[in-house]
Amino acid sequence: MPVSTTPQGQPVWRRRTTRAQWLQYLAWLAGVSLFLLCWKMISDNTMWVFVEDAGRQGADLISRMTPPEWGYANVLWKPMWDTINIATLGTALGIMMAFPVAFLAARNTTPHPLIRSAALVIIVSSRSINSLIWAMLLVTILGPGVLAGIIAIALRSIGFVGKLLYEAIEEIHPTPVEAISATGASRLQVMNYGVLPQVMPAFAGISVYRWDINIRESTVLGLVGAGGIGLQLNASINSLAWDQVSVIFIMIFATVLVSEWISARVRHAII
Amino acid sequence: MSKQAEAPLTQARQQAASRGQWRRLPLIESPRLRWGLAIGAVVYLFLALASVEVNWARVAEGAARAVNFLGAFMQPDFMSRYDDIVAGLLESLTMTLTSTVLGVLLAIPVGLGAARNISPLPIYFVCRAIIAVSRTFQEIIIAILFVVMFGFGPFAGMITLAFATIGFMAKLLAEDIEDLDWRQVEAVRATGASWWQTMNHAVQPQVMPRLIGLSMYRLDINFRESSVIGIVGAGGIGATLNTSLSRYEYDTSAAILLIIIAIVLLCEYSSSHVRRWTQ
Amino acid sequence: MLTLSGVGKRYPTGDRALTDIELALPKGQVMALIGPSGAGKSTLIRCVNRLVEPTQGSIRLEDTEITKLSGHKLRHARRSMGMIFQEYALVDRLTVMENVLSGQLGYVGFWRSFLRRYPQEAVVEAFRLLERVGLTHAIDKRADALSGGQRQRVGIARALLQSPKLLLVDEPTASLDPKTSRQIMRLIRELCAERELAAIINIHDVALAQQFADRIVGLRAGEIVFDGLPSELDSDMLTTIYGEEEWDTTPEPMDDETTDDAPVNPPYARVLSSIEAGGAR
Repeated sequence: MPVSTTPQGQPVWRRRTTRAQWLQYLAWLAGVSLFLLCWKMISDNTMWVFVEDAGRQGADLISRMTPPEWGYANVLWKPMWDTINIATLGTALGIMMAFPVAFLAARNTTPHPLIRSAALVIIVSSRSINSLIWAMLLVTILGPGVLAGIIAIALRSIGFVGKLLYEAIEEIHPTPVEAISATGASRLQVMNYGVLPQVMPAFAGISVYRWDINIRESTVLGLVGAGGIGLQLNASINSLAWDQVSVIFIMIFATVLVSEWISARVRHAII
Repeated sequence: MSKQAEAPLTQARQQAASRGQWRRLPLIESPRLRWGLAIGAVVYLFLALASVEVNWARVAEGAARAVNFLGAFMQPDFMSRYDDIVAGLLESLTMTLTSTVLGVLLAIPVGLGAARNISPLPIYFVCRAIIAVSRTFQEIIIAILFVVMFGFGPFAGMITLAFATIGFMAKLLAEDIEDLDWRQVEAVRATGASWWQTMNHAVQPQVMPRLIGLSMYRLDINFRESSVIGIVGAGGIGATLNTSLSRYEYDTSAAILLIIIAIVLLCEYSSSHVRRWTQ
Repeated sequence: MLTLSGVGKRYPTGDRALTDIELALPKGQVMALIGPSGAGKSTLIRCVNRLVEPTQGSIRLEDTEITKLSGHKLRHARRSMGMIFQEYALVDRLTVMENVLSGQLGYVGFWRSFLRRYPQEAVVEAFRLLERVGLTHAIDKRADALSGGQRQRVGIARALLQSPKLLLVDEPTASLDPKTSRQIMRLIRELCAERELAAIINIHDVALAQQFADRIVGLRAGEIVFDGLPSELDSDMLTTIYGEEEWDTTPEPMDDETTDDAPVNPPYARVLSSIEAGGAR
């Protein structure tokens, strides 16, 4: 098709046909105008005076943040411990709930299509709502504290772990499952012998990966009162103590790097 | 050596099995490590749970609110704060789109620079540092800084999301480039192509489909994030949500949450279509 | 012992996989099921233990009508039909012993199987079977650490641990080299003789079928077109089953097409020699 003939009778190769070419241009035009429209709306809502001032503000911020007030680190050990607990306990709680949900959501293990859609709704709602929103909700319900953080992390993890796990379940080899059913095994036994060994490595990898993400997320839950180092961060920002803020940032950076390293090591060992 | 140590154990297990005694192999071979890990986990769990302070009186008080909230999901109220919701939503959507486009465009050079096999060492280190910083900090933390610098409003939010997008996309792009099929690159180079031509003809076709897929995925993530950075004043639906929650207007919050879920679903559905279409 | 009457299978897509299958298998008989790919061989044996639901007809194993069973009763019936698969269908990440013991799943409860606390007799029997197939040294190895022939032996041990009355064997040799194929077929043959098991063996390789089966059934497009002794299977019959092909000449590697075919080891290439030998049984 893309080979056409010039009036002189010579064949010409082009990448696309004329119609496809025009459609392509049109799509680009639409995309670019959409982008410009969005840009316009944002710039209408922006005080450009402040933006022009940004460089000076940034420099000012950096000068206030340095040198970090290192002594403040002593106050931070307990909040950091809380943060790690929120992430770890929340992940544990989340994967416990995600595990059955994933089996109900996978096409090849679900007992009924209706149950499957219910499980998918759980996964989607949990995924769409950021853990910070979950935390805001839970703080109004349970009161501020670590408990709200743990549950927020757990609720958010259900969707993530559930989605990746049910995709892994849908990709297993069907023949071992068939073989186990052929021995006269019950439904649960088929899951236990045919499906579980096949998805176990994926499950472990996903859980560790989510734990690593959760460490990062739990550092900010305190901003809405759900415990952890975010509480201190909020306090320091509100009192404009930027030299304390920089200490907190450095601690978060270090913790996240360590957790990322651990998670990468564990995932490497599994695979 | 390990074989010699193993042999008696295997034989013992075989003999036991022939008598009908068989147990599953333990997951971790060394008993000391196995018990050490188990005890460590229990001790940690104990300490961690002990440090969780729960104010049960407050929880009991909150139970009524939880019921209210669940009730609100049954009858969400889209109307009473209609204007706020629409404005917040538009702001979120515009932020999402512009930040994704900007972020992806900026991520391409950073990603190229962070790929060990095509970039010189100094550039490599700079790009990897950008990626590390952008990935470590939660969007919220970055948003706080940018709000201080750029003032309240969607501009700070857009910059935040674009910055986070750079880290995410550039890392995955760099990994893709690092394990692309090098023979194709050499084949194109062998025709005498310049660096730009090599990029265009050998590298781009190999990474493009995944790049588009990842951009769609990031679009989805950016929308979800844009719904929270409003909490610290960076624009979007998050501010509206925050206000409604702190005023205990659960029916409005429920409405906003439902809208967010619907849009994420729509995003996911259409992105799977786009991915199929581009491949 | 096993009787199929009027069995048919139509897939939801409308494809007819089996039409009106009439088949009776006496105790202790080893029957080979041959036919081209897509003739419905796999569907047929999967209908017997209801991994595939037949759409019509009746299947009786001794006195049980299998097509009417459901739930618990179906699982009960499946215990007496051991199945052996083409790609071995072992669970890769479980050990050899666990794979063999999974043959007992129809007999033990969930918690027992979950904790791997099998009854002593079952473990003794599993070990004896592993001894019989020569794999006692590998009981703690993971299934994916074994060679193809060894895996198929584990698959056989698993099927036998069900104490079946009937073996359903789906292309046992398709992924194995010629020598191992013969060893596996001989093993199945011997085990059937030892335990008086009936067996249905789906097999591509006509020569192996003729050598190791008591009876051969030819399937073409979901219908039985041949049913008789291995010695009765001649090249005319093979043409009926598989379609036109020069069964009596060996391929000559002179034009491109034949050279292309040669390394694939065409399943019927060895038919001639075994026909001349009169078939093994």
